[in-house]
Amino acid sequence: MGGTGGEKPVLIRWEEKDGQKLPIRIDGRLPEQLRPIRIEVGVLGNADGSALVEYGATRVLAAVYGPREAHPRHMALPDRAIIRCRYHMAPFSTEERKTPAPTRREVELSKVIREALESVVITEMYPRTSIDVYMEVLQSDGGTRTAAITAASLALADAGIAMRDLVAGVAVGKVDGVLVLDINEIEDNYAEADMPVAMAPSLDKVLLLQLNGVLSHEEFIKALELARKGILEIYRLQKEALRKKYVEVQSSG
Amino acid sequence: MAKIYVSPRSIVVPGDLIAEGDDVEADSVYIERRGKRFYATITGLVSVEQVDDKYKISIIPLEGAYIPKAGDIVIGLVEDIGLTHWEVDISSPYKGILTVQEALEKPFNPVTDSLKRYLDVGDYIVAKVIAFDRARDPLLTIKGKGLGRVTEGSIVEIKPSRVARVIGKKGSMVNMLMQETGCNILVGQNGRILINCPNKDIEEILVLSIKKIEAEAHTTGLTERVREFIRKEREKRGV
Repeated sequence: MGGTGGEKPVLIRWEEKDGQKLPIRIDGRLPEQLRPIRIEVGVLGNADGSALVEYGATRVLAAVYGPREAHPRHMALPDRAIIRCRYHMAPFSTEERKTPAPTRREVELSKVIREALESVVITEMYPRTSIDVYMEVLQSDGGTRTAAITAASLALADAGIAMRDLVAGVAVGKVDGVLVLDINEIEDNYAEADMPVAMAPSLDKVLLLQLNGVLSHEEFIKALELARKGILEIYRLQKEALRKKYVEVQSSG
Repeated sequence: MAKIYVSPRSIVVPGDLIAEGDDVEADSVYIERRGKRFYATITGLVSVEQVDDKYKISIIPLEGAYIPKAGDIVIGLVEDIGLTHWEVDISSPYKGILTVQEALEKPFNPVTDSLKRYLDVGDYIVAKVIAFDRARDPLLTIKGKGLGRVTEGSIVEIKPSRVARVIGKKGSMVNMLMQETGCNILVGQNGRILINCPNKDIEEILVLSIKKIEAEAHTTGLTERVREFIRKEREKRGV
């Protein structure tokens, strides 16, 4: 993502504990530890469904409109809904201002996220319509595409769109030879590898997998297993957040 | 032997395993079967019913758009006028089509007559869905008892997924509302509600009650709470 100018910081500190050497990451986390995650559902009044997801300092807002009449009309499909995705980074989301115009990277991510969502949304239920998903990165600190897909699937569920499963994503990286879960921006900048993964846990399917850098075969298998562990935890939080929306109303009513 | 993984009337979200077994029957389009297992595909309330030696499971959605169904009574807003048909917004992804044959009792000649004389853009209509097969837009009719152009009253809009709750079991909620307020209420399946009230104060209370039902649709004992609410409001306002 960003440049790698300047001196490389110490990303992994080895600390002695109970006679064992433990790797500690730059933000104090253990290798298999997620950042603090906050999920909120139904944050926007005008959208049919919405969600806000935070992975540490990464913050993504997702909004879903639809199913609604597809415009332009010729794009509509006779047998199913079309999904349109926009992944966008706000100009203020990065350290240096990002031009608001969609970059090549954003166009690519919109596409891979759309394809991931297409395999869970039951589009045949809403023929001739479109489902529009907007994801806005408000603050970026690594892992934005996985946070975006987590938020998007929650927004779809909040909009009452039928889907086979929720989608949760997390990025795994290799930093100074150590496999780490939920890689952040600074780790990513100096990492040997960065691998975003999104899964549908109940379907037990991988919906998105990209890999930047080099991992050996063994490392890849370990990284995927690590991602799965992280995803299951996020998946649990997702379901909790969706339910909480109704429980809160219940107790106040 | 069936295994039920959820408690009745609890909230399920997409991907939740509801039940497992050969003697389970899914009674909702929002339940997906994978092998012997049944999964939820939408956020909603589950209900489990035991009929003879079978378990019937279904989901009442808490969110979602209105998908027309033949026979539904809907309240539409005329959006556009064609040569021999009207296009009607029925707050759904699909727009309703009302043909002149389904609106007028007499033959219609587009050369000498204009549809605008009968229904204009901006008019509300109470209509019935006659056919909808998803391949084409839903066809409406306003021929029939209680159907036609809306001439008086107010329209309240709620989420279509909450309509079932406003009506209640066998109409218990809507009957209670009419009894307590003395208003006339017509609930369209698409989430538009036509109300006719004796005065403005009562109408305000009724609108608040409907909004309360919409917000608390997933809770239990709602009918009694709303009844209480109406009585309190009436007392407070002295009507």
